[in-house]
Amino acid sequence: MSNDLYAVTVIGHDRPGIIAETTAGLAGLGLNIEDSTMTLLRGHFAMMLLCRGAVAASDVEGSLAPLAAGGDLDVSVRPVVDEVAPGSGGTSWVLTVHGGDRPGIVSEVVGQVAQAGGNITDLTTRLSGDLYLLVAEIALPEGADATGVEAAIRAAAERVGVTATLRPVEADEL
Amino acid sequence: MSSERVAAWTEAELGVEGRVLDVVTAPAGVLSERGADVDPTAADMVQLAADLVATMRVSPGCVGLAANQVGVGVRMFCVDVTEHPKTRTHHGTFVLCNAEVVASSRNEKAREGCMSVPDFTGDVKRASRLTVRGQLPLTGEEVELSTDAFEARALQHEIDHTDGFLFLDRVAGAHAIYPRQTYL
Repeated sequence: MSNDLYAVTVIGHDRPGIIAETTAGLAGLGLNIEDSTMTLLRGHFAMMLLCRGAVAASDVEGSLAPLAAGGDLDVSVRPVVDEVAPGSGGTSWVLTVHGGDRPGIVSEVVGQVAQAGGNITDLTTRLSGDLYLLVAEIALPEGADATGVEAAIRAAAERVGVTATLRPVEADEL
Repeated sequence: MSSERVAAWTEAELGVEGRVLDVVTAPAGVLSERGADVDPTAADMVQLAADLVATMRVSPGCVGLAANQVGVGVRMFCVDVTEHPKTRTHHGTFVLCNAEVVASSRNEKAREGCMSVPDFTGDVKRASRLTVRGQLPLTGEEVELSTDAFEARALQHEIDHTDGFLFLDRVAGAHAIYPRQTYL
């Protein structure tokens, strides 16, 4: 058996102990958790993680089955392959969009990013009252016209009545 | 020296009683538009200066308030960081009109909130050494002051308001926004 990589997602009703139970099941099989992310989406538990080990997918599923037994959590296990890291040379940006809530804000704005060949590498959206907020990190390809992309994003934001700001990611090298 | 002039300033100079105004919250359009330049000597602007200070004073934890946060789209704000634990240099309570950043350096990241964005906080990088220029209300005197630490952060946050920017427009990344903790 090879050293397989699995994507595990757990989504559903939040309660204390979900992460403890999930990771106990994985640790019991000797799986190593590599990247993971977890958050609450309007109170719903949402976790994705990648874990690696010489284990069959059915065993991973079996170890996590008790989690889903209550019927309020969806658990999925999927074998995945290692991704090749994207090449360097592009530029990184932070996009903030905020304004009055309405359907279509995200698609209108990120459509402009896609059109420019930009890749969204991180995204958070939040709705609180009438305030809709989107913050995304964007990788633009080498040679992309950032000023043009920003103008297109601003115009798109204006069409849906929100404001957009695009700033370069700042990292202080120490 | 104008730094000392600002430090000596109090709202009593305005000679009018400040009124407590309602604070508007995002997505109000006035928060996302650059304010108009103001005549600091105009009677309605003097009244607004007093109102900003009065509204800041009654708002718990409030260390600064810009005119567009009370729904008036002009470039004026008040600041008072005197009691804040992160404050080093400070100039007490003051109001600036048509203020702009003259020089800034030494960026530091910290988590900010805003009365106009009550449900979120966010990590924002700001200069910790700052020089700003602006005008005092009533007299219209031009003043320039240099400051640091928390007063520098508050001034940049307020000047951003006058330019139509919220801290949301400056957060460090997609995971730099946090729902504000509410205790029920």
